[in-house]
Amino acid sequence: MKKRRERIDRGIKVRSEDVYALVSWREMLYLAGPRLLPAAAFLLLPFFLGPYWQKVMISVAVFALLAISWDMLAQTGIISLGQALFFGMGAYVSGILNIYFGMPPWITIPIATVSGGAICTLILRPVLRLRGIYFSMVTLIVPLMLVRIIEATKIFGGTEGLSGMTPLPSTRVEIYLVTVVLLGVLFGLRRLMETDYGLVLKGIRDNDRSVTNAGINIYWFKTQALFIASTIGAFAGAFMTHVYMFVGMPVFALDYSILPMAAAVVGGGGTFAGATLGAVILVPMSEALRGIGGLRIVMYGLFLVVFTVAIPEGLFDYIQRKYHQMERWVEIDQ
Amino acid sequence: MNVPAMLQVENVSKLFGRVAAVDRLSCEVRSGELVGVIGPNGSGKTTLVNLISGFIKPTSGRILYNGRDITHTAPHNIVGMGISRTFQMVRPFYQLPAYKNMIIPLYSPRVRQMAGGRYGDRNAVALDLLEEVGFERDANVAYKPAGTLPQGYLKRLELAKAIALSPHLLILDELFSGMSLAEVASVVPVIEKLRMAGKTIIMIEHRLKELFRIADRIMVLNYGRKIADGSASEVMESDEVKKAYLGSEE
Repeated sequence: MKKRRERIDRGIKVRSEDVYALVSWREMLYLAGPRLLPAAAFLLLPFFLGPYWQKVMISVAVFALLAISWDMLAQTGIISLGQALFFGMGAYVSGILNIYFGMPPWITIPIATVSGGAICTLILRPVLRLRGIYFSMVTLIVPLMLVRIIEATKIFGGTEGLSGMTPLPSTRVEIYLVTVVLLGVLFGLRRLMETDYGLVLKGIRDNDRSVTNAGINIYWFKTQALFIASTIGAFAGAFMTHVYMFVGMPVFALDYSILPMAAAVVGGGGTFAGATLGAVILVPMSEALRGIGGLRIVMYGLFLVVFTVAIPEGLFDYIQRKYHQMERWVEIDQ
Repeated sequence: MNVPAMLQVENVSKLFGRVAAVDRLSCEVRSGELVGVIGPNGSGKTTLVNLISGFIKPTSGRILYNGRDITHTAPHNIVGMGISRTFQMVRPFYQLPAYKNMIIPLYSPRVRQMAGGRYGDRNAVALDLLEEVGFERDANVAYKPAGTLPQGYLKRLELAKAIALSPHLLILDELFSGMSLAEVASVVPVIEKLRMAGKTIIMIEHRLKELFRIADRIMVLNYGRKIADGSASEVMESDEVKKAYLGSEE
């Protein structure tokens, strides 16, 4: 009996374009596995983690959301250096609603998510016509400017910030709230970008003149992408306000802009899954390295350099390619 | 002949720095006409297309379409009014199959409006339109990634994208360049069919032989100015045209 190697995905690929024609549970598992695995991991992990690592997990999910928000803009051809703007806006809106108006978290978080996203979109809308690096520079400056405005005018607690927000009922509720939102956003956006609407957004990134020439207003579509991305970022901020029970100037800090971008670069842009994977790697690593003090930044930087040089297309793309190249032994009849 | 022209370009200039790419140019295109625009390299042909389609704005002068001033209208709105153009330099979405490249024009508000608020089956319409411009359905050319197709197909893809918007005025910027003789021969009937359907067409072209066969009228540009306008034979008799193409005898 002779044997040869065959790609596992062979049968599936031949039979499918958009519609999957699956004949066995093995083929179903082959396709569903990579999607179910991370979902199951996120949902089951809280049961096995201690209180400290549960907090880390919340942090992972929050940075994953910010990285996805960055990736959403990048896929539309907008390079943002200011995820902190979205995060901070959501954080301040929900903080203010909770402290000054006494609204409970289950009202402040949704309101802050939508209105925070809308405010960020309105702020950035006038500069959306700027291309490339010029837009990026504006997104970098705006959150830093807001920090100085809060400092100078002493509004919303000034340098002290606001504290004493209503906490969420328990750590478990916190974890599941953010995880479910993360999974929803991850799979929802992946699907959205596969539709014709997503194709138009990607078209704007690749060749905006060609999209304009199709009679499509690219600024309107860019505005929509910006709203989607800033809403995701604002949710992360609104949520974190109630976890920390504090909102202050640090929410506009550069960390919230740089780390999500690094996560998207390490994981690989254009898939959202890469951005999530990047956050899953970078956030715990940055926690683990906390012990070595100042050298942490050096280690972190080295890690980023090694990754960008070794796998420029991103870790997710690499894993995906290897997964599709998996082979099995099949018997051939003589 | 008292019907006002469909497109009126009135005294339009476009300066890049101190160089006038288009210099006080006036011309008219009547409904149903097929006008060829020729001229040596750098004579302002593509700039004229960019001005009409709104991608660049003139330094002075104005452009009227069906009597409406479109000089300062945004390019996507100009497309919405029924002017669509092709690009000389094709830059399709290389990783996508050719027919998926058609989705973006088919997604435009104009197409939805013309289809009565529905989009219909975009993929099927895309395949149909591509077959019309010569993507052999039997050979599944339309399913191949745009990056793997030869230049001639990419040019025809560009044409199909413009036709998808069902324009009244179609501007083809050097459609034939990069096409083989056989490909040109297969596209000419497509253009003639569009004319029979009542489309107005402006063709920028360097392939004069093919152009003269189908054009009603030829306009010759040189240094951003119109130096001749008339039937193919009239234009080629003009001394100024000969001078522009062959150089003056000094």
